[in-house]
Amino acid sequence: MEVGLKMGFEETELRLGLPGGGDGGEVVRKRGFSETVDLKLKLSSKQGSSGIDPNEEKMTGLTKEKNLLLSATDPAKPPAKAQVVGWPPVRSFRKNILATATQKSSSDESGGEKAAFVKVSMDGAPYLRKVDLRMYTSYHQLSDALAKMFSSFTIGNCGSQGVKDFMNESKLMDLLNSSDYVPTYEDKDGDWMLVGDVPWEMFVESCKRLRIMKGTEAIGLAPKAVEKCKKRG
Amino acid sequence: MESSELKRSKDSVNSCESARRSSFPDEVLERVLSLLKSHRDRSSVSLVCKDWYNAERWSRTHVFIGNCYSVSPEIVARRFPRIRSVTLKGKPRFSDFNLVPENWGADIHAWLVVFAAKYPFLEELRLKRMAISDESLEFLAVSFPNFKALSLLSCDGFSTNGLAAIATHCKNLTELDIQENGIDDIGGSWLSCFPESFTTLEVLNFANLTSDINFDMLEKLVGRCKSMRVLKLNRSVSLEQLQRLLVNAPQLAELGTGLFSQELTIREYEELESALSNCKNMHTLSGLWDATGMYLPALYLACTHLTFLNLSYAALQSVELAKLLAHCPQLKRLWVLDSVEDKGLEAVGLNCPLLEELRVFPADPFDNEIVHGVTEAGFVAVSFGCPRLHYVLYFCRQMTNAAVATIVQNCPDFTHFRLCIMNPGQPDYLTNEPMDEAFGAVVKTCTKLQRLSVSGLLTDLTFEYIGRYAKNLETLSVAFAGRSDWGMQCVLGGCPKLRKLEIRDCPFGNAALLSGLEKYESMRSLWMSACNVTMNGCRLLAREMPRLNVEARGGMPHHLSLLSEMLGTRQTENY
Repeated sequence: MEVGLKMGFEETELRLGLPGGGDGGEVVRKRGFSETVDLKLKLSSKQGSSGIDPNEEKMTGLTKEKNLLLSATDPAKPPAKAQVVGWPPVRSFRKNILATATQKSSSDESGGEKAAFVKVSMDGAPYLRKVDLRMYTSYHQLSDALAKMFSSFTIGNCGSQGVKDFMNESKLMDLLNSSDYVPTYEDKDGDWMLVGDVPWEMFVESCKRLRIMKGTEAIGLAPKAVEKCKKRG
Repeated sequence: MESSELKRSKDSVNSCESARRSSFPDEVLERVLSLLKSHRDRSSVSLVCKDWYNAERWSRTHVFIGNCYSVSPEIVARRFPRIRSVTLKGKPRFSDFNLVPENWGADIHAWLVVFAAKYPFLEELRLKRMAISDESLEFLAVSFPNFKALSLLSCDGFSTNGLAAIATHCKNLTELDIQENGIDDIGGSWLSCFPESFTTLEVLNFANLTSDINFDMLEKLVGRCKSMRVLKLNRSVSLEQLQRLLVNAPQLAELGTGLFSQELTIREYEELESALSNCKNMHTLSGLWDATGMYLPALYLACTHLTFLNLSYAALQSVELAKLLAHCPQLKRLWVLDSVEDKGLEAVGLNCPLLEELRVFPADPFDNEIVHGVTEAGFVAVSFGCPRLHYVLYFCRQMTNAAVATIVQNCPDFTHFRLCIMNPGQPDYLTNEPMDEAFGAVVKTCTKLQRLSVSGLLTDLTFEYIGRYAKNLETLSVAFAGRSDWGMQCVLGGCPKLRKLEIRDCPFGNAALLSGLEKYESMRSLWMSACNVTMNGCRLLAREMPRLNVEARGGMPHHLSLLSEMLGTRQTENY
């Protein structure tokens, strides 16, 4: 089975990463978002999808049983379909292993503060997600969680090194010039800022929503971010 | 011994004919038969002649009842006077997935009452999908002074209070195995109920309980139970606590860790690593909740002789898995989450040549938005590297006929092939054809196949193949498949060894149901839900086959449960 022939049915591989980084083999698994939702949305799938498969039109029946977990107020979201009872045949104690993991570790740390849910959008994605910022204690954790949510991407290199690179201005410029994605956020003032500039706690307090945008589009934010940083001291 | 001598003199009068033919004195026959463990062999033996039937029933110490409604406890007690160990299974398997209504039945209590009277020296009770209340557990704890082993798998109806009763009263307990149950976990104090003088525990599994237990009590318990060989902890036990336990129990053969994630100092890490590697007998490892690349290396030295690794609670990435597997050359059974992806499975193929069983569970089964998981490529990679593979449970989101054909060509010895393509009715994603040829390849190539679960887009052709080729098939699981009655008729008309058939959401109707009348007598159970069967069809079936227990529930979705060989009467609950 040639990797190149595969059409990744399950997701769009939108990768955040420095140019040339990451596993070469997985790039071909990209496909447009239009395959993940009801076709009536008719969204274009121009970015990232190197494999626009001629077969995609035929996959009509396959989205029937999808369960969409989005906020009900979001108009871009397709109508949620009812989940099939008892399918897939997974025992209930196996559900949400990942979710339980995150919840348990965060409840130990945040000690019952009020949840801080913010919307997360990603350029090209037809629907949004929500995260509770209080479930994390660092940019690194948030990055991991977003990675899981929006298939795999990395901010710079994997792990804390990537976040540090992110905070490093010269590397930041490299990153922003690439076609990869960077996370940005809207703060209380309504300004769009680059994630990672301010201490984590300050970020959680001021972040109203998150947007994962293309690096090239985020360039305009950098000077502003640096300015704000100087202002805040 | 008196009763058996009485029996012998009585029987020898009645069976002169068989005495002429039989060259074994009864004592020898019984002695020989007592070595038979397999219940199927024993059933065969009991059919040979009357002498053998009697010798067998007097020598049987363990009884296995695959369907608790197939026989009454009184009949069991009458036939087998010397039982020490009972295994009972109750509800249909689909109850695990919420397809069976609550209060369906399979209550153990009536059995316990009979056992208390007839088997006061009962030592072991193993239940699967039965309903058991705290009162029943208390009754069990006080009624059997010799009671040694309790194993509850997928049971419900009880709470940790019931466990407290067991811990309090069972002075000779060697095994307490509480797996995956619908238990009302009120708290962890049950563990503290073991008396200080209690030292006999060999197996303790409370991995699926959620409440915190008193670690001091656990540490003391493990410390004084020197014969303990199986210890499976729950999430509440930390890495540091694990180290303390292991230091006192290096003899453990099976270990289930607690949470495998904690801030450790270098010294604590090294102590943990050392404690783990000192468990020279360890062949089974599970638990590992939240394990990440950071602490997995602590396991490396301990994995040298590992034969069973259960990583299904740890969402590992492919690289982490690969590094771990490099240290597990003896692995025969591996359970993972699909977070390891195809790359992780490639590592399985490269590092585990002795692998016999692989289970890949979905990390996010109900999140259908943007997901990863494994594809056909991972499965194929494993099949190339692991020719001894015979048991597979594989959840994936895409599959092709060609891949499955390759897989069974590489691994023709499959006995259990359970493939779950998670989107119902999904075709071969490359050719867009049904997955008929995939399962055709499985049944044609894997002549030893005992258990099969099918999925994906399937026409009746799949069932033609199954009926024609699956000569050893005992269990078949079908969902969202088939086109007409013909499919089910093929299976019921073929598959000579079929015992369990479970079907949901398929277009099989009364004609199919009624085509299997003769077949049902040799089967243990049939389940059909959300198919085209009607109440009238069920009534007809019940009328034609009075010895079958036929249950049908109308409404949407209606389901039919067929239990064979009804020799007693089933208590009809509010159902």
